[in-house]
Amino acid sequence: MSTTSIMIVGVGGQGTLLASKLLGNVLLGQGYDVKLSEVHGMSQRGGSVVTYVRYGDKVYSPIVDQGEADIILSFEILESARWISYLREGGMLLTNTQKTWPMPVITGAAAYPENIVEKLSAMADVTAVDALALAEQAGSAKAVNVVLIGVLSRRMDIPEEAWLKAIEETVPAKFLEMNKKAFELGRNAR
Amino acid sequence: MKKLMLGNQAVARGLYEAGCRFVSSYPGTPSTEITEQAALYDEIYAEWAPNEKVAAESAVGASLAGARSFCAMKHVGFNVAADPLFTASYIGVNAGMVVCVADDPGMHSSQNEQDSRHYAIAAKLPMLEPSDSGECAAFVGEAYKISEAYDTPVVLRTCTRVAHSQSLVELHERDEKALKPYERNPQKYVAAPANAVKRHIEVEKRMLALSELAETTGLNREEMGDTAIGFVTSGTCYLYVKEAFPNASVFKLGLVNPLPVKRLRDFADKVDRLIVVEELDGIIERHLRMNGIRVDGGKDLFGLLGELSQNKIRAAMGEALPKFAAYDEAVPGRPPVMCPGCPHRGLFTVLSKLKLTVLGDIGCYTLGSGAPLNAVDSVLCMGASIGMAHGYTKMLGEEAAHKSVAVIGDSTFMHSGITGVVNLAYNKSIATVLVLDNSITGMTGHQQNPTTGLTLQNEPTYPIRIEDVCRAAGIERVRVVDPQDMAATEAAIKEELSADAPSVIIVRRPCQLLKYVKAKPPLAIDKDKCKGCRSCMKIGCPAIRFTDEGGDPEGMPSREATAASHSGGLRRGASKASIDPTICVGCGLCEQMCKFGAFIKPEEKEAR
Repeated sequence: MSTTSIMIVGVGGQGTLLASKLLGNVLLGQGYDVKLSEVHGMSQRGGSVVTYVRYGDKVYSPIVDQGEADIILSFEILESARWISYLREGGMLLTNTQKTWPMPVITGAAAYPENIVEKLSAMADVTAVDALALAEQAGSAKAVNVVLIGVLSRRMDIPEEAWLKAIEETVPAKFLEMNKKAFELGRNAR
Repeated sequence: MKKLMLGNQAVARGLYEAGCRFVSSYPGTPSTEITEQAALYDEIYAEWAPNEKVAAESAVGASLAGARSFCAMKHVGFNVAADPLFTASYIGVNAGMVVCVADDPGMHSSQNEQDSRHYAIAAKLPMLEPSDSGECAAFVGEAYKISEAYDTPVVLRTCTRVAHSQSLVELHERDEKALKPYERNPQKYVAAPANAVKRHIEVEKRMLALSELAETTGLNREEMGDTAIGFVTSGTCYLYVKEAFPNASVFKLGLVNPLPVKRLRDFADKVDRLIVVEELDGIIERHLRMNGIRVDGGKDLFGLLGELSQNKIRAAMGEALPKFAAYDEAVPGRPPVMCPGCPHRGLFTVLSKLKLTVLGDIGCYTLGSGAPLNAVDSVLCMGASIGMAHGYTKMLGEEAAHKSVAVIGDSTFMHSGITGVVNLAYNKSIATVLVLDNSITGMTGHQQNPTTGLTLQNEPTYPIRIEDVCRAAGIERVRVVDPQDMAATEAAIKEELSADAPSVIIVRRPCQLLKYVKAKPPLAIDKDKCKGCRSCMKIGCPAIRFTDEGGDPEGMPSREATAASHSGGLRRGASKASIDPTICVGCGLCEQMCKFGAFIKPEEKEAR
């Protein structure tokens, strides 16, 4: 099969790295060649973060370019607007509706754009989910990443057990039940 | 067995498999994880050195002792290690020695994008360049073989996309190497002129022999396909070329210094157009042109700046790019910021208020240069703050010295700030140095350093006291302040600035992200007391925001309110502060800024 490209975008500190690790493990378990690319360092300090995940029979480039992503999984709505140009024609945007103000908005140097979901929906196939509310429903605001993995899982042709197994292998035992609940809430979100 | 591994993790695996016993490094993005991962293998002794020069010298010593040795550094770290490494090229090795240098094209977290291949050429060291994690592990083994066969340290060059990408690695057993006996050989190991003159001959002979190796080694390979275009490339660029032109012919270079001539000429003869794809400088291209090999495209197509990608290659080659739609409205940037509760925030708020000239340094506190603090005047390299403050105040005199400070972190101070302080005392400076001691090496992701009292393995060790070092270096005015107390910090800075002697203020509070630093409950706002004066916004805390009193249900200020506050507060007081309780750690810095007592601690909130 040809290479599939997924981007996970968000704000430093939101747990995007755990989500990409989880996804990588799921894909590896399916026997794919997998490449993941992330940037550490400066971007962790509340900055815009992006992880590229690519899989298929044989993957070359570890990065995804503009117009190449089959799926963008976004942890924050402004980041969806920032990265939408990376979505290919006919690709899918799965986005959290959560808003985290960047410093230029906090200082008043810039305005946070309005009606982003509506605008993006006119541009692409968009699924918007309030992952923060679902995470809180599952028991912790920190489970936003697993909720979003749940949302993603519904759109990928991989058995549910494979996702649950990867969650078991990735999250600490004492948070397992909460994370499983978060995953289910995301998976069943409309 | 295959495992998904970060490039850096794969380098560490390669070290383990190759029987490496000694690793010494200074952290630097994107090289840091190699040493952290190497430390997880019991068979490898691994440590954080105070800087790259010491790390490289230690690795040379371990090689002399007969152990396969290693050090890792970021590209600018090679500048620090260059002194020992240029001469290590002359004295060679006993057991194999490998140095990994991680370049950062695109400057994801660096102050420049120098191309380390120049160092390999200048120091006459062989250099290998892997493309992915699998090659990271395999090339380490190859590097040790070359090191021992050709009696030379070998450089392994990665870049951000190789170091911080994960791909599959085939795991092998460790090839345990016994210590190679050390035999005294001053003619080889004492780089005094009489010996070095002879060693230089050996170095040149070695480079000729390595050039022969370049013509035969499997590290370089030809992949023939469609011969209309032939690409010559290496490292991560190889992957971009294969992505953009899967059917083209490619000459992939794994040994990037020295480069082959004959094989590249043969390849050029087989293809219609020869295109060289390399990030940063045109080193392969220059080599080809110098040897009279036809180049039909290179730096003229791809330029000298930043990273390449599959689309950049497609575009430069005149291919159609994938279609995409961009968001049609300006998307505000999201620059990295100091974390909520960051101990640097209090200090930079004071520096910003006092309008001082701040000679900065490398670390999280470089973020003090961003809005709204805008408190940093210069950042050059590790340790430069102190040297620059000395030169600056010497030339501009007492008045400037009373209005300028050097700002440097604890780990950076240990790395290369100490000699700067020695210079202040020796050359009768009156500069003021602020050492920001947050008890950890922060920006690279929490590594221990000589001041923290813990080793790489978190074992207790002697905690070097910065105040003792400064006093021993001849600084008489040394004091400690807590940046959380902004009034006391301001008073201390004013007092030291007015002194006609060099002084050091240690601004001490541990990083908020350290596990033992507990967050306090988030603060709240008393909306009746908040006058909307925005004083609290001066600290640049991501947890404080101003929301329109009119009340957007999602707490977003209206465009009018944003425009008003931006244009100087036409509707001053129209919006009020609010706190994001999910990220506030209750540090209380905002409370110190507020003249109206609008910030409430949780217990006060309950009492009301």
